[in-house]
Amino acid sequence: MTLLRVEHLTMRFGGLVAINDLSFTAERGHITALIGPNGAGKTTVFNCITGFYKPSEGRMALQFGDPAVWDEIEALTERGQRGLECRAGSLFLLERMPDFLVAQKARVARTFQNIRLFPGMTVLENLLVAQHQPLMRASGWSVLGMLGLPSYARAERAAIEKARLWLDRIGLTERADDPAGALPYGAQRELEIARAMCTDPVLLCLDEPAAGLNPSESAELARFLRTLRNEHAISILLIEHDMSVVMEISDHVIVLDHGVKIADGPPDVVRDDPKVIAAYLGVEHDEVSQVEAEVGL
Amino acid sequence: MAAEANNVASRSSLLLALRAAARTALIAFGLLLPLIAFRAVHDIRNELVLETRWPLFAAFVAIAFAGRLLWELLPRESLKIRLAAFARAPGQLLSAAAACLVLANVLRLAAKSLADTDAAIALAFTYLFAFATFAFVIGAVGAWVIRRYPAGTETGRQRRHQIGVGLRTGALGFLLVYPLMLFWLAGSQGSIKWIDNFGIQILIYVMLGWGLNIVVGLAGLLDLGYVAFYAVGAYSYALLAKSFGLSFWILLPLAGILAAFWGVLLGFPVLRLRGDYLAIVTLAFGEIIRLVLINWVDLTNGYAGISGVPRPSFFGIPFTDGPDGFAARFGLEFNAIYRTMFLYYVILVLALITAYVTMRLRRLPIGRAWEALREDEIACRALGINTTTTKLSAFAIGAMFGGFAGSFFAARQGFVSPESFTFMESAVIVAIVVLGGMGSQIGVAAAAIVIIGGTELMRELDVLKAIFGRDFDPTQYRMLLFGLAMVVIMIWKPRGLISTRTPSVFLKERKAVSGAHVREGHG
Repeated sequence: MTLLRVEHLTMRFGGLVAINDLSFTAERGHITALIGPNGAGKTTVFNCITGFYKPSEGRMALQFGDPAVWDEIEALTERGQRGLECRAGSLFLLERMPDFLVAQKARVARTFQNIRLFPGMTVLENLLVAQHQPLMRASGWSVLGMLGLPSYARAERAAIEKARLWLDRIGLTERADDPAGALPYGAQRELEIARAMCTDPVLLCLDEPAAGLNPSESAELARFLRTLRNEHAISILLIEHDMSVVMEISDHVIVLDHGVKIADGPPDVVRDDPKVIAAYLGVEHDEVSQVEAEVGL
Repeated sequence: MAAEANNVASRSSLLLALRAAARTALIAFGLLLPLIAFRAVHDIRNELVLETRWPLFAAFVAIAFAGRLLWELLPRESLKIRLAAFARAPGQLLSAAAACLVLANVLRLAAKSLADTDAAIALAFTYLFAFATFAFVIGAVGAWVIRRYPAGTETGRQRRHQIGVGLRTGALGFLLVYPLMLFWLAGSQGSIKWIDNFGIQILIYVMLGWGLNIVVGLAGLLDLGYVAFYAVGAYSYALLAKSFGLSFWILLPLAGILAAFWGVLLGFPVLRLRGDYLAIVTLAFGEIIRLVLINWVDLTNGYAGISGVPRPSFFGIPFTDGPDGFAARFGLEFNAIYRTMFLYYVILVLALITAYVTMRLRRLPIGRAWEALREDEIACRALGINTTTTKLSAFAIGAMFGGFAGSFFAARQGFVSPESFTFMESAVIVAIVVLGGMGSQIGVAAAAIVIIGGTELMRELDVLKAIFGRDFDPTQYRMLLFGLAMVVIMIWKPRGLISTRTPSVFLKERKAVSGAHVREGHG
């Protein structure tokens, strides 16, 4: 079942083409890895999906609930609407939505390559900010909360309980009342993922979660991501340079180079693809031009 | 051999100290030459003439030289350690307090028996020692608390919490009885100045500081035009009360709503700006409002301002001398101080409401979103927080409190003019927030007391005339001292008086977050 469908995505910054006509799909309950050499355009793809960039061209559709909703996509595109929410399921055209709505309505959560926690707030507060939307609703957009109604206190207790659950999972319960900026690097990475999970996402976009981790921390991260997929039925879109992590946990790998998709398939197939090896390791000059001719550069 | 080396070392250190002192004196020379040495005065024919004050100038430069030399030659490290040890011992602090008290009394008695100028000097030192007594007693109590209840233990934590609650209750009680106490101590003539200049004036700025704290301290949006909302509140009250005769209690919320509306109006165009750019645009907004007030003469009467603004009544009973007045109704003798006392309690309640609302909002999702916005706006958006409405709500609520304060100001003065809403006012309010420690309510209140109380106190220190000569006007130096206070705070506590942040929620224990982790916001 398809969760995310990216079609003919192109992103131009002035004359620079960062992504050129990229199409791929991410399946529900799968870990889809997006790999490629530095500057291949991976983070740009993330920024387009999460609404931080408006793509120059292309369509990005995300669906959850009943897959039958997919049939509405053409009608939706025609009507110029952002999305469709009904009881059976929801379908969103991400390129038409601002960033905060992508997170709020389409339930796409993300982490950042350079960690973006709220360093001066405690670990617990970080996880509560992630539950802003439900808490805001429970506090009656602050009006009922100001009056001190018990319904808000209940909602806040539930939110703290949820935060605590995630803290237990990443083993940071003891440090819940410490500022996030005081945590060691590896813990900050994990906290950022936990914070993203607190928004109740259907798609989790992780931008290099293993960057700066040592091998044992990387292995632990791989285990953690696998449990997320298996136990929480979450779909993950992953950018990663650490090939041991990528090959171990991904169900599907997409390889980008210079903004163009050069391979797409299960990890063991992609690993042996000559174009991928060429992109990563470099090859003799004539072979490069041959490969480039093949992919149309 | 060793003695010789020692000798060389001390000689070179003296040389270094002299060189540093000379450099300081040179800087003082350059800075003070235009400020102190020359003065433009009007002569009898009202022409500007240049007057020189070389002896005073020389004295200032000499003070700079001697001060730096002393600073360089003092064994600073050991002194620091000894001072720290002294500040930790409650007994020693108490004896110091006692010594100061004795000295203050001796000087007071001396002042009584001395001739005019000497008496004034003695009186100045009396004040100084009385203040030192007070400071030493406070220090002794603090040191005793720290020693008796260490931070690390469970009981210590509880006790500290209790002491904190006690202090807050005590402060509130003091604020409640302050005007009555003064009235009882100094009578109606003596106390009115102290209630008005020190009570009401400080509380207005405390309220403005708390209002701006929402925008600058919590949401991290540097607003240099906050006085615009103060002006909107003041003019709303003045105009509506004069033209429609509406009462203070109807116009107070209305002025707040109007100011909040203007806050949103300003917020919209500046949503995309950050940091310095935001500061410049908000500064310009403040000036625009002031210029409109000056130039829209039909409505605002321009520079002349609006006079005869109705004064607030005691819930319908005016503070006038007559059978229907407040005094007559309550069987009291007519006295202007009742109005002042009433205004004091009104602004006290308004300020407390500001503090309470801010405190509550901080613990609601909206408050956490403001702080998250200050910490990292991009991360906020990635978590589904609508940064547009979050920023606008901060602007609107901050502006609303500014509007409340403004309408109170107009009601208290009975007169408004654009003069009261210059950029200097904005700068003072921002200074209060920054000096207090961004985001800290207690810090902001303390900074308002120090800055506004300090400048008001400068007016009172006539004794300084005895030291610096008859034509010395202490109020003229208040900006200098203001700047000095800023520099000292910047060196000593760059994150403000209270630099730690209290978390809005906790799992096991509420631990203060060190200022080192907290961001200041970049727009």
